Amino acid sequence: MGEMPVVPEPAALPWWWALLLPVLLGFVTWLVLVGDAALSGGRAAFAAPGREAVRLVVGQRRRTVAADTVLGRIGGGTLPVAALLAAAVLPLGERPVADLSVGVVWFNAMEVLAWAAVWMVGWGSNSALGLVGGYRFVAQGLAYELPHMFAIITAALGAESLRLTTIVDAQRDLWFVVIMPVAFAVYLVSAAAMAFWGPFDAPVARDVAGGAAVELSGVDRLVFAGGRWLLLVVAAAMAVPLFLGGGAGPLLPAWAWVAVKTAAVLALLLWLRHRFPTVRMDRYVELAWVVLIPLTIAQALAVALVVLGGA
Amino acid sequence: MLEIVLFWVLAAAALVFGYLVFRLDSMAQVTFALLASFLAVAGLVLLLGLGYLGVVIALMMVIEMVIMAVFMIMYMMNPAGLMPMTMVHNKVGSAAIAIGTFVVLAAGILLVDWPVREGGPAPDLTFALGEALMGGQMLTMMTLGVGLFATIVATVLLSTGRGRYGDER
Repeated sequence: MGEMPVVPEPAALPWWWALLLPVLLGFVTWLVLVGDAALSGGRAAFAAPGREAVRLVVGQRRRTVAADTVLGRIGGGTLPVAALLAAAVLPLGERPVADLSVGVVWFNAMEVLAWAAVWMVGWGSNSALGLVGGYRFVAQGLAYELPHMFAIITAALGAESLRLTTIVDAQRDLWFVVIMPVAFAVYLVSAAAMAFWGPFDAPVARDVAGGAAVELSGVDRLVFAGGRWLLLVVAAAMAVPLFLGGGAGPLLPAWAWVAVKTAAVLALLLWLRHRFPTVRMDRYVELAWVVLIPLTIAQALAVALVVLGGA
Repeated sequence: MLEIVLFWVLAAAALVFGYLVFRLDSMAQVTFALLASFLAVAGLVLLLGLGYLGVVIALMMVIEMVIMAVFMIMYMMNPAGLMPMTMVHNKVGSAAIAIGTFVVLAAGILLVDWPVREGGPAPDLTFALGEALMGGQMLTMMTLGVGLFATIVATVLLSTGRGRYGDER
């Protein structure tokens, strides 16, 4: 303590990558949708996402009595925007679009925008089931966010930096998944939960007729669902620089390894969704607070001891 | 140049959304207007070069305002806050306090003898901030933090039973 660390120069991609990023993420999201449609056993899975998107674009917007259109629309629009902003610090290969010195905190701040977004969408349509879905997501957020924060901060602790490129560099000898497996597992669970995906889709579950999204139709539904998928892709991709060594790997260039690893994480999340039923919110809150939080704190302690021992 | 434009845009946004808090008639919209105002302030802190503080303000305020929206609406006098409401109470008193505070702060800005800057910013502001806040008490603060946090978790767990779907005790 007491001695100032040397701050590395930011290593960001050229500015026009900011324009390319949405296209790239959209393409990956489309691939994931195709994979999901194929797993669901649908025929013509390749065209399914495109067909659905077109159907939603030309579809009519449903109107409800005394809807809070302002909040509803802002909420829907916030989801994809938050996912894109979170992706700005994601190293695509070796360098991200924005190499912030507080990248991990930035990612976390952008992903919690989903809390506000889903609640606003649930509130916006002035529909009881929609509101139930919105409230469920806030409960889910309170359950996943604390273990999630401990998990990502453990990766930052291991590298002694909040900068994602530095975190990747710190894994040159050993991927963080090896020394912090609990943090990695908790990260995967919370990544699924933050996109209200897989076993954590209670906010938009069938028992409340689609929950937060119940009254959405047409473009509104496309933006909401698209934002949710983007959030899943970004959260899955962030596991790569945090725990899986970023672009490190033999033979292939860094960007290809990032793509391969991201695909592997996404495949795992897809499998998780098809394998497990929806988790009841109160059960999940209890699991998160009684089991996951103590586990992640113990994990952070173990990593802190390793870091102190190595210094 | 860009910084000056950003400053004025963010400052104006903070003020306008702050004003809307007292003009809108829906609890939900009021909450998120307040959030928007805070996010503009977080942007201003980022402009000062304080990356960590700015981003943490955004992070905490989003979580805080969403939770506040839930509780405010839950405990409002009219059910669910769906009826029109206003955030203004005691109009004369609050106006006097607001104007008084503004005058004092503005006068302070204009009258105070601003010091000349000495030295430059630290290479890593996040690190410098942690040092300045905690210094040698880092370990004490960390232990206290985890202790407080464990207390919160334990208290909440002890005070809740199961939900509405069964396993009632």
